[in-house]
Formats: sequence, structure tokens, C-alpha cells
Amino acid sequence: MRHLAPALLAAAALLLGCEKKQSQPSADGKPAAGPEVKAPAAPPSDTLLLGEVGSLTGAEATFGLSTREGIDLALEQANAAGGVNGKKVEVRVYDDQGKPDEAANATVRLINQDGVKLILGEVASTNSLAMAGKAQAAKVPMVTPSSTNETVTQKGDYIFRVCFIDPFQGYAMAKFARETLKLQNVAVLQDNKSAYSTGLTEVFKVRFAEMGGKVAGVESYSKGDTDFRAQLSSLKSQSPDGIYIPGYYTDVGLIAKQARQLGIQAVLLGGDGWESDKLFELGGEAVENSYYTNHYSPDSPNPATQKFIAAYKAKFNGKVPDSLAALAYDAANVSLDALRRAKSLSGPDIRDALAQTKDFDGAAGKLTLDEKRNATKPAVVLKVAGGKASYAATVNP
Amino acid sequence: MSYFLVLLVFGLWSGTIYALVALGYTMVYGVLKLINFAHGDVMMVGTYVGYATALQWKARGATGRAWTPGMGQVLTIFFVSMALCAVLGWLVERFAYRPLREKPKLTALITAIGISFVISYGFQMEVGFLPGPAPRAFPPLLKETTWLSLRGGEVTLSNIQVISFAVALGLMAALQWLVFKTRFGRAMRAVSFDHRTAALLGIPVDRVIAGTFMIGSALAAGAGLLFALKDSQVDPLMGTQQGLKAFVAAVIGGIGNVPGAVVGALLLGVVEQLVVGYAASSWRDAVAFGFLIVVLLLRPEGLFGRVTAEKV
Repeated sequence: MRHLAPALLAAAALLLGCEKKQSQPSADGKPAAGPEVKAPAAPPSDTLLLGEVGSLTGAEATFGLSTREGIDLALEQANAAGGVNGKKVEVRVYDDQGKPDEAANATVRLINQDGVKLILGEVASTNSLAMAGKAQAAKVPMVTPSSTNETVTQKGDYIFRVCFIDPFQGYAMAKFARETLKLQNVAVLQDNKSAYSTGLTEVFKVRFAEMGGKVAGVESYSKGDTDFRAQLSSLKSQSPDGIYIPGYYTDVGLIAKQARQLGIQAVLLGGDGWESDKLFELGGEAVENSYYTNHYSPDSPNPATQKFIAAYKAKFNGKVPDSLAALAYDAANVSLDALRRAKSLSGPDIRDALAQTKDFDGAAGKLTLDEKRNATKPAVVLKVAGGKASYAATVNP
Repeated sequence: MSYFLVLLVFGLWSGTIYALVALGYTMVYGVLKLINFAHGDVMMVGTYVGYATALQWKARGATGRAWTPGMGQVLTIFFVSMALCAVLGWLVERFAYRPLREKPKLTALITAIGISFVISYGFQMEVGFLPGPAPRAFPPLLKETTWLSLRGGEVTLSNIQVISFAVALGLMAALQWLVFKTRFGRAMRAVSFDHRTAALLGIPVDRVIAGTFMIGSALAAGAGLLFALKDSQVDPLMGTQQGLKAFVAAVIGGIGNVPGAVVGALLLGVVEQLVVGYAASSWRDAVAFGFLIVVLLLRPEGLFGRVTAEKV
């Protein structure tokens, strides 16, 4: 035993070392040219390398995995159609485990070590914010598929997104709650460690009050909590007719269960962080008859959406894509479109091409990138019923 | 006042779970002077074993109908999970810590952290029986009903709360009896006092230490199932959070001391709920660790440290 341990360690170190060496040239599947290493290892010129950062493990793993599938589909289609101006497109993916510091490290690695032309990612705004600073400093364009926090693209003129921003989601839910559900008194339970959650809360509070509703109280929790009873008991004393929970599905399922256990009957409202099949598994009956805003619904009659769904189902064994996959597909396609139009493959030229994206017919609706590099597009409201989410309404900008 | 009582109930509820985990830390520290950082992850494994066992029945039950296990099934789930975790505790001790027992303490400590990572990240793989990274919903083992209603229904005690508390207290009493009234307990205390001398006197030190790990791990599995009963979720990283809190509780109470760990854990649970209820949840961990620092400044040996003439 005692002699085995160092041997194992040495073997592990060897394996790791090999992996690193091999990962460099494998970008185009060719064997290594030789030991001579040119400065920042640029991929061969017949391949265009993009970078992707996502949470492939950790509590929000389904976000990263859906995103990855959407991007894979877009690249597969692009390569089948001849690539970008004759070049094959590849993507290098790093896992950030859902942690901001890991996301920032992965970004630096993509830029310095892999020399990527453009970076796709992340889902969680907190992680995208960590990445954006690094991408902006290196003048490498970054397109986030689904980070909705306003401040992400404010990090600099190289940061784009293909989804709408938090103010719009908070506004859409406020409008739906007030005008369609006719709610009077809504409480808010936010995740105060997440830029996404506090962003939605701010706008919802202001807009709901503007529309004549009353915000009964705001309580907060921290990501990773599993006991929300103290906060819910406090909200219960305000007897709200609705509770807005702009959090992620991992927390929302538990919050809903505990709210029902405490006898809270209020309708639960949320944002796109709710989007996951796991929501129904974790929340069960407690999340029935709740509503959340989202970027897309597979029930939409839009031809671009249906075309995407058909292709996705064909590639992933009949699985229906979630909105993260749809947005990732759009992010990849908007990026590829910009790469085709760009005057050269330098950072500034790709950036300029991205900025000119207009009326792009994406899987999650027609989008235009505005001067703040945000997408202008409609939102949908989904209702949870019978263990699935179905289309309830569309809220236009 | 009602709100205070509500928070007090929630605090004691989470405190009992911390207490069961804290006992494992404190016992192992007592005999080995080792902080077993893998302990929280053993608790996570225990919860997953219970989850897998429950799913076996759930899958065989009538589809489309909510599954409600009988008392026998619940007890079996507890037994299976505690037994398997006892085996896991033995394995960890036998293959990770025993080879390092005569090495500097730091070596074993770093190994403990390593084992913790191996378990918690190993459980994030989706291979074979391993569950994958996403949290899962733990099926309800008991139908929640109100047993006691005070102040016009504003403060309630549910069956789950009462049962959790009773199970936790029962296990603690059993442990106290084991340590102070049995031959094994006396051997444990002897090993804790000086394991070399204990060995010279014919006490099977290896067996005592292995037994301590097994008991601690079984308690952790029980805690994991009570946690699942409370928050109805299993997650491969749950052990880190719960384990850290239980460790803090054990240190507050005076590490190495059984009643100290329990009191520390209950105090910590209540303080946390009060902070979340009256201030904000983002302050919860800051206050929990702040509390630890204050206790250590005023009483470096922990609240009950002085009375540990006989360390467990």
C-alpha cells in the first residue's frame, strides 16, 4: 500500500501531462507536427477555433449541457454546409463547474493558450460577468447565449448577447402578473448572491408598483441553501397573492415545496432560471399552476423555431430542446454569421460584424442587436401544469 | 413572539441534524486527534443509499400513484443506509487513515480532505450507480401532519419535526450509554487517553478505532436521512455544507466532547435561523463562523471543553 501511493501519483501526473500535450494539435485531428512550439499555439489555418465556457458539472450542470448541445448542432450544420468561408469551425469547451473564478480562468486559457477567435458562454450572469472582463481586455469578442443581467454587456464593446436583458424579463412578468393574473399583493424571494436574481427583482418591484400593484415584502436566500422556512414564514405573514422567485430551478423546487408545507397558497412566479425538467422532479405538485417568463417555447408556430426543433430532435434522439439549447444555437449562428461577414478574422473586425446583426431569424425569435449589444426580441410566459411547462402568453418589448 | 417561536422550532430542527454529524467529528477527534473532513461526505453517501433504496420500492409500486412507504420500509431504509455507511467508514479508516497513523498529523488531515473530494466529486459522475451532478428530489418518507398547534396555528410542530428530534435524541442517548456504560466505550476512552498505553494493556486499538469510525458514519447516515426528510433533496455536494457546519458545532461545543457537540449544534442551528429570520440569509454563515470565533476567543477549549477530563 505504502509503495503504491507514490506510484499512482506519478502515473496520474504522467497521464495529465500527456493529455495536455495531445490536446493542442488535436484541434483538427492531425498528429502533432513536432516538438517545436510556436508562441501562443495558433490552430492550423484551415480551421477556425471558437471557445466555449459552460457548467458541465456542478449544481447547474443541465444549463451547460443544454448549451453545449445547441452549439454542437449549429456547428455541425455550419460545417456540413461548407464551414465559414471554406474553413472548418471547431469549438474548444472548458468546464467551469458553475463557478465564476473557474469561468474566468477558462476564458484566459481559451484566449492565451488556445488562441480562439470568439468565445461563447456562459449561462449564469455571475459567471459571464467574470468572463467578460477577460475577453474585453484581450479584445476577443464574446457572445453569451443566455445571461440576462444588464451589466454583462456593459463590461465593454466586445461583449454581446442574443437574449433579452433582465429588466425586460422583470417587466414582462410584472405586466403579466398585473394585467393577466390581476394580482394585487406580490412578495419577492430573491437569491442575493446572484446578479441575475437581484437584477430581476429590482425591475419587477419598480414596474409592478408602477402598474398599481403592491410589493408585499422582499426576502432573500443564498445559493446552495436548502432551508427557506424562516423567509417564507416571514412572507406568509404579509398574506401575498403571488410570490415572485427569480431564482434557479434547484432552489425553486425546494422553495415551492416548503411554501406549500407552510400553507402558503399564493401563485408562484419566476424567470427563465426555472427552465429545466428537474424543476418538476424537484418541485412536484408544489410548482403546479406557477408561471415563468422565458425566451422561447417549443409550441411556438415560428418556422425557424420548428426547423431548429426538428434538427435537434434528429441529432439528440428525439429530445425536445429547452430554451438554453435554442439560445445557444442562436448564439453560435449569430457568431458564425458575423464571422462570414467580417472583413478579417481580427477581433475588431469580428466585433464590428457582430454589432451589425439585424433581424436575424433565430430559433428563439427574430432578434436585432442594439447599440448596447443586447438583443431586442419578445418574451413568452409559460404555465406549469401537469408536470410540464406550456405556452401561456407572449409579451412584446 | 410567534415568529420567534417559529424560528426556534426550525433552528432546533436543523440543529439536531448538525448534532448527529457533529458527534462523528467529535468521536473521531476524541480517539485519533484527527479532523475527519470526509465525514460530511459520508453523510451524503448515506442519503444517496436511502434514496436508492426508496426508489427500489417506488419503482415497484403502482405507477402514477404517490408512493407512501410503510413503517417497516422506512426503518429498512434507515437500517440499510446506516449499515452501508458503517462499512464505508470502516473502509475509509482502514485504507486511508490507518496506514498514516504513525505519520505526522498533517498528513492524515490532508488525506481527509482528499477523501472528501474523492467522494463528493466521485458522486458527480454519471457512471453505473453513481447519480450524476444534478440534485434529486428525495421521495417523502412520511406524510407531514401537524401534531401540535400553538397560538392559533401560528406556531406548529409537525410529525416530521417531532420524529427527527426524537430520533436524534435517541441516537445521542444511545451513544452516551455506549461510551460510558459499555466495555467498548471504556476501551474507546482508554484509546482516546493514550493509544500506545492502551495497546500495551491489551486493548485492540485498531478495532476500537475502526468501531469509532463505523459508529460515527452510521450516525452521519441517520443525519443524512433526517436531512432528506426535512429538505427533500439529495445533492452530491450537500455533505460539504452540512459537514462544515457540524464541524463548527463540534468545535463550539468543545471538540472531543459528546454533550458539547450536541449543545453546540443546537445553538448553531437556532442562531442561524434567527439570523436568517431577523437579518438576512447572506449573514447566516458570517454569523455562524463569527460565533465560532467569539467562542474560541473567550473559551479556546469550547463551551464544554473544561469538563473533558475523560475525552471520548
